[in-house]
Amino acid sequence: MILGIDVGGTHTDAVLVENSVLKKKVKVITDNTNILSSLLSAAQKIIADENISNIKRIVLSTTVSTNAIIQNKIDRVAMVLLGGPGLAPSTLNLGKDTFFISGYINHRGVEVQSVNKDEIGQISQTLQRGNIRQIGIVGKFSSRNPQQELDIAKILENDQRQFSLGHRLSGRLNFPRRIATTYLNAAINQIYGNFVNEVKKFVSRVGGEIPVYILKADGGTILIDQSLSCPVQTIHSGPAASIMGLLATAQIKEDAVALDIGGTTTDISVFAAGDPLLEPNGITINERKTLIRGLYTKSIGVGGDSSVRIENGNICIGPERSGPAAALGGEIPTPTDAMIILDMTDLGSKQKAMDAIAPLARNLNSDIVSAARAILDKTVAIIADNVKQVMDEVNNKPVYTIHELLEGKTINPKKLYVVGGPSALAPDIAKLLGYPYIIPEHSEVANALGAALARTTAEVTLLADTEKRELIISEEGTVTKIPRDFTLEDTISAGKKALREKAGKLGADQADMVMEVTEAQEFSMIKDFCKTGKNIRVKIQIKPGLITARDSR
Amino acid sequence: MSPKEKKTGLIFFPAFDWAISETHPEREERLLYTQDQVLEEGLLDFDNIKEFKPGIATYADVNRAHICVPDAQNLTTPSHLISAGGAITAAQKVLTGKVDNAFALVRPPGHHAMLVAHGARGFCNINIEAVMVEYIRHTYGIKKIAIVDTDCHHGDGTQDIYWNDPDVLCISIHQDGRTLYPGTGFSEDFGGPNALGATINIPLPPHTSDEGFLYVLDRVILPILDEFKPEIIINSAGQDNHYSDPITDMRFSAQGYALLNEKLAPHIAVLEGGYSIEKALPYVNVGIILAMAGLDYSHVREPDYNAEQLRQSADITRIIEKEAQNILSLWKRKEKLKAQTVCTNSYFRREKNIYYDTDNITERQTESVRVCNDCGGLVMINSAADTGKKIFAVILPNRCCPQCRKDGESFFEQIGSSLYHHVYFQDREKDIFIVK
Repeated sequence: MILGIDVGGTHTDAVLVENSVLKKKVKVITDNTNILSSLLSAAQKIIADENISNIKRIVLSTTVSTNAIIQNKIDRVAMVLLGGPGLAPSTLNLGKDTFFISGYINHRGVEVQSVNKDEIGQISQTLQRGNIRQIGIVGKFSSRNPQQELDIAKILENDQRQFSLGHRLSGRLNFPRRIATTYLNAAINQIYGNFVNEVKKFVSRVGGEIPVYILKADGGTILIDQSLSCPVQTIHSGPAASIMGLLATAQIKEDAVALDIGGTTTDISVFAAGDPLLEPNGITINERKTLIRGLYTKSIGVGGDSSVRIENGNICIGPERSGPAAALGGEIPTPTDAMIILDMTDLGSKQKAMDAIAPLARNLNSDIVSAARAILDKTVAIIADNVKQVMDEVNNKPVYTIHELLEGKTINPKKLYVVGGPSALAPDIAKLLGYPYIIPEHSEVANALGAALARTTAEVTLLADTEKRELIISEEGTVTKIPRDFTLEDTISAGKKALREKAGKLGADQADMVMEVTEAQEFSMIKDFCKTGKNIRVKIQIKPGLITARDSR
Repeated sequence: MSPKEKKTGLIFFPAFDWAISETHPEREERLLYTQDQVLEEGLLDFDNIKEFKPGIATYADVNRAHICVPDAQNLTTPSHLISAGGAITAAQKVLTGKVDNAFALVRPPGHHAMLVAHGARGFCNINIEAVMVEYIRHTYGIKKIAIVDTDCHHGDGTQDIYWNDPDVLCISIHQDGRTLYPGTGFSEDFGGPNALGATINIPLPPHTSDEGFLYVLDRVILPILDEFKPEIIINSAGQDNHYSDPITDMRFSAQGYALLNEKLAPHIAVLEGGYSIEKALPYVNVGIILAMAGLDYSHVREPDYNAEQLRQSADITRIIEKEAQNILSLWKRKEKLKAQTVCTNSYFRREKNIYYDTDNITERQTESVRVCNDCGGLVMINSAADTGKKIFAVILPNRCCPQCRKDGESFFEQIGSSLYHHVYFQDREKDIFIVK
């Protein structure tokens, strides 16, 4: 059996899954001031009359990291940056404890300027005086050569300090995003560490040795101990749980669009032949763009509790939430009220809904039922338009080879999956989009199910430079010697080996290591019209998906 | 957005699967490190910088700018159509108001491709700026366009295509033709009889540094643009004036390129040459993108940049100042020059020998233009290449006058196709292209 728990903004759900089948579910109200207590109470409830030894793993999806960031309950962080030439520091989003130091790496991963030990020594003293213990170190192009970041950490090291190094958190290029990612990682290190300790205490109290996994933004799980070095990967696990929940409750095999229609927002996600799409660069949290691998979602400010008003004779919906619906004691009319009037749901008081919509109907010169219909038409149209826009963006993503441009591969949704309270809107949205809809069952605990059944994911980024005779695995921070005749195939197999080891460490089952080479490019490097070597770039991932291994169930 | 910031479109197409040959400067790796630098600097995350996928130019787009021998299908590969398509996409985004300006960071380049094209020269098959310019005139009805070619090599192809067109001002700033391919582009080359002054050549001596480039920009290019009053300005943004370029001898820097783009403020920039792919292109391109977007580029600098070492000599400064004087005085006399040039001739004839270095073809060409005071003039070209191909072309200019049209149409009708492999009729005004 697997115990899956999802801490959401409103409810915390726990499920027990046996052989991929939902055995039991529990729902408790989330106390956003104490995530841990919500989580433990849901866990306690569901395992109350179970034999603990039947539980083979526990998977958590929590808002602990996300909330810490959004509520600004984070630690003071010192950022040590190796900026090199390029963007002016004034264009970066930086906090007050930022130290730019000399030294940098170029695009080839060559150290152009070395770091200055005296400079770093001075920073160490400043950190001591300010009692700053969380330190982020980020170099431009550090994913091409991690040495400077490692050296600086070594110089600054003492028992009081915890380090977040840019190259460990992502192999991708993007210095400003690497800074944001590293900063957030450092900022939640402590609070996340405390959370993990409490979870582990609980598990050992109730049953000892059950492995605990945590859900990441990319819809993959990793062992909770392994997440301690990269807590930032666990932010936005809510939307990820929702998408994995769809995979768990509906067998998505085709190109598809999924909608999670909530109170305040509707989240749009996209599947390519059943695989959820990832954010191309990384997720954005609190307006900070990061390199954190995450499942793609576009959140739009329209939901069941959005405020509805008339402006210049036009119906306007959202983006602010006014809920609850008037029918449920709220003050402003919402799309949910319109649904109640049209008997699409039997929530709350129909009279209150009518009273709330009545002034709008007068304003529109129509009766209440027609006004309700018009409000829903508008809601549905906004959602459908956004879906079309998302597909347009996804299908017009730039490509960089003639082959890809001519091939023009696109995603053409065949089905619309809809979850969330106002899912009764599904038929109308599907009609506008022109493909059929499906409302999966168990959607009320889909997130917990998704967490329970998600497999472990991981990614490695490799750069082989046969001129320098070096192979770098960015996220691992390793540099190894390679022969001059090292090939693309050699790089891919080295990558697969590294990924297998990494995923094993993170908690993946052998059977779930479904690897996918997402990038494989090879360039001849020429100097003075002579070939000097090859520049080989490879990215391999274990893509998000559901576990298959029987013994883990 | 701060008032200085502009919305900038980026059409990035490095064609990672295309090369002229494995060790050729025009190869897969060329924009690799530029892409690395652009991504690492996070430029695409700025709200005012947006990336677009290039379109693919059609053969009709190509036939508006060229007489391809035997035809556009045979002269182009998908790489050329995407490169030109990328330039067209840049124009579309600017002219439909999606962005304020746009940079087509595409390859292969195009500025050595001439009006009649028998093959590839200077790594170019079709002229991507000209294909774009003709698309702009055809689609958006824009009349006056200026192309400022800042590639280190003379933009001889663009010059050739617009030699007789008074509506397209072609300014090329390049290393002196006596010291570099293609060996042309002297200041006295000043445009055809009906378009004097619409071609401006600014040759600069080897080892010219930022100071010299910016001097001619301020003293020659900007004043001429002010007077010409183009509706849009295009920068043929070659990057081989850079001090580290392996095939040229200039001393321009990333800071210089950025400042030039800030001052010139082109609506559209299109990448041309530039083969210092590790030491220059990453920094130059970041500099240009930041400058176009109105963002701070003051920290963009090559790792080995040394202003002292790159400073130009006093002799070079003097040569450039003299050249600038010379060009400005020609510009001021451009109206008077016409009478001296054409005398009483009703047709003006040019003989040209054109060498296609990339494809090793030699072409002999006679170009006749009708002397006309009402339009750019009817152009007729008789061309024979050592491939054995012999062609004749009748070209009606944009905004063609009735007399030139009448003459051109009747010439095309009369000319027998037996003497030639093909006879072409290109009507730039009505967008008609006929081959017989």
